[in-house]
Amino acid sequence: MKRNSKQPLEIVIPIKMKDFKAGGDGAARIKQVLQKIGFPPDIIRRVAIAAYEAEMNIVINSLGGEIKATVSTDVITIIARDYGPGIPDIELAMQEGYSTAPREIQEMGFGAGMGLPNIRRCADRMTVESKQGQGTTITIEIYNR
Amino acid sequence: MEYFHSVRLDWSRCKGCTNCIKRCPTEAIRVREGKAYIIQERCIDCGECIRVCPNHAKTAVGDSLEELSAYQYNIALPAPSFVSQFAPRASLEQTLGSLISLGFDAIFEVALAAEIVSKAARRYLDNYRGKRPLISPACPAVVGLIQVRFPSLLDQLLPLATPMDVAARLAKREGVAASGLPPEAVGTFFISPCPAKITAARQRRNGLAGPDGVIPMRDIYGDVLQNLKSAAPYPSRAGAGGYGWGHSGGEKKCIGGPHLLEVDGINQVIDVLTMIEAGYLQDIDYLEMQACPGGCVGGALMVTNPYVARMRLRELTSRIGPRPEELPEAGDSLKPYSYLPRPALRLDPDLATALEKMHQVEATDKMLPGLDCGACGAPSCRAFAEDVVRGEAQDIDCIIVLRERVRVVAEEVVELARKLPVSMARPERGNDKDEAE
Repeated sequence: MKRNSKQPLEIVIPIKMKDFKAGGDGAARIKQVLQKIGFPPDIIRRVAIAAYEAEMNIVINSLGGEIKATVSTDVITIIARDYGPGIPDIELAMQEGYSTAPREIQEMGFGAGMGLPNIRRCADRMTVESKQGQGTTITIEIYNR
Repeated sequence: MEYFHSVRLDWSRCKGCTNCIKRCPTEAIRVREGKAYIIQERCIDCGECIRVCPNHAKTAVGDSLEELSAYQYNIALPAPSFVSQFAPRASLEQTLGSLISLGFDAIFEVALAAEIVSKAARRYLDNYRGKRPLISPACPAVVGLIQVRFPSLLDQLLPLATPMDVAARLAKREGVAASGLPPEAVGTFFISPCPAKITAARQRRNGLAGPDGVIPMRDIYGDVLQNLKSAAPYPSRAGAGGYGWGHSGGEKKCIGGPHLLEVDGINQVIDVLTMIEAGYLQDIDYLEMQACPGGCVGGALMVTNPYVARMRLRELTSRIGPRPEELPEAGDSLKPYSYLPRPALRLDPDLATALEKMHQVEATDKMLPGLDCGACGAPSCRAFAEDVVRGEAQDIDCIIVLRERVRVVAEEVVELARKLPVSMARPERGNDKDEAE
């Protein structure tokens, strides 16, 4: 192998607010990369779910942001960073069914309050940092073992 | 692993254009030396290339009627969509009868097997408590797509045999009983609307039986047409429900019940599978998925326009009962295959090496113009970058990279052309410090 084979791969995808048409493209691209590297299907599925939820979170609830995937052979890290209102009560937001999404978005089938709980189910480690009025950063780690 | 594929390239007809490479859902085609090659490990036999090729250079290879001579008693297994091609010229019974004039001894309608499968599927869904939605395994192109691009969804395929296989197994049983011959002397031939079914029948796994041969619908269309008027009617045993499997939504209707969704057309199928992989649509119990627009009536080996064919099929079956009067005993004919992932897209079998190669793909991709023009023979710049890293192409196969390279060389040539040997060179402007001294 080449000298830099230990270096993790980084994929950064900018996400626009309320861009429902492109929402999910970032997660799909991350999935494709992982599939071409050859991660096991169950790992890919967990990353696909977590990345998709994190991406849709940014689309629905923020003023935009980015998803960054860092890939090494034994851990896949997704960092979803947004500019936005922030989450006032993280513990509450982690509860299933809790949503602040407006009704018209819920009617589109999004914002059912399952985003963060779904991410937690797929992640081996997850942290949520949020500052009101500034934005939120969600860090998700999924181990390949 | 060796893969049999029914989709083939007709060399003499291929003009080396790039129409097919862009339509392929698994990026399985490359143009090399003026011909569109198929990467065998990736092809799922969906037939998109057959449909899009303006020169009809992509074909499907199946069995011919001559194969019937290998058996002493032959049974035709017409797909539910088969009869749609000949209505309204003849009745259902007469269309079936015309198959007898082609040399078959009996007919087992796949629509009848579809009824058996529908009934078993309904029962399975009623008791199922696992991951939802379950996905229909009936369309082999969809199954292939899941094996190659969505392997994490393989355990959501409904574990029942497809109507084609059930029909083949039951027909063999009936044929043996009717003829008194041993099973190997009884031939079962599926009449197929698509290449994917041909491939599925050839790739027997786990020792489970399917049809002995598959005859492309397109190949016998003319013969059937010719015999249509003079054929003696052959009794139909299936109902409108089973025949509905021939078009999109029919399988859903035949299985019945709430929370069933039908999706047709390969790109829509990819879209919905992506959603399921991301954890959505769990409120759906069952997904009928067909790679062809309109379902099997839109198969790549069909002759009639899919929308016209769907209408004809509905008209034809509106005159028969919704359900057959009695269903043959299913026995163990519903035993399913277990489908394994086909990791045809990965860059390397070793994870660390593949990761390193992905670094190179990202770097190579950044150097490419992003035009996705196809002149390099790959479907997109991204796919080309992967080919370069796999060692199957070189960067100057990209005409834009090549042009840039030529420009640099040309500038160097111009630069060099200005130079003179030192003996002849004259000082330029002469205001250099050294010269001033």
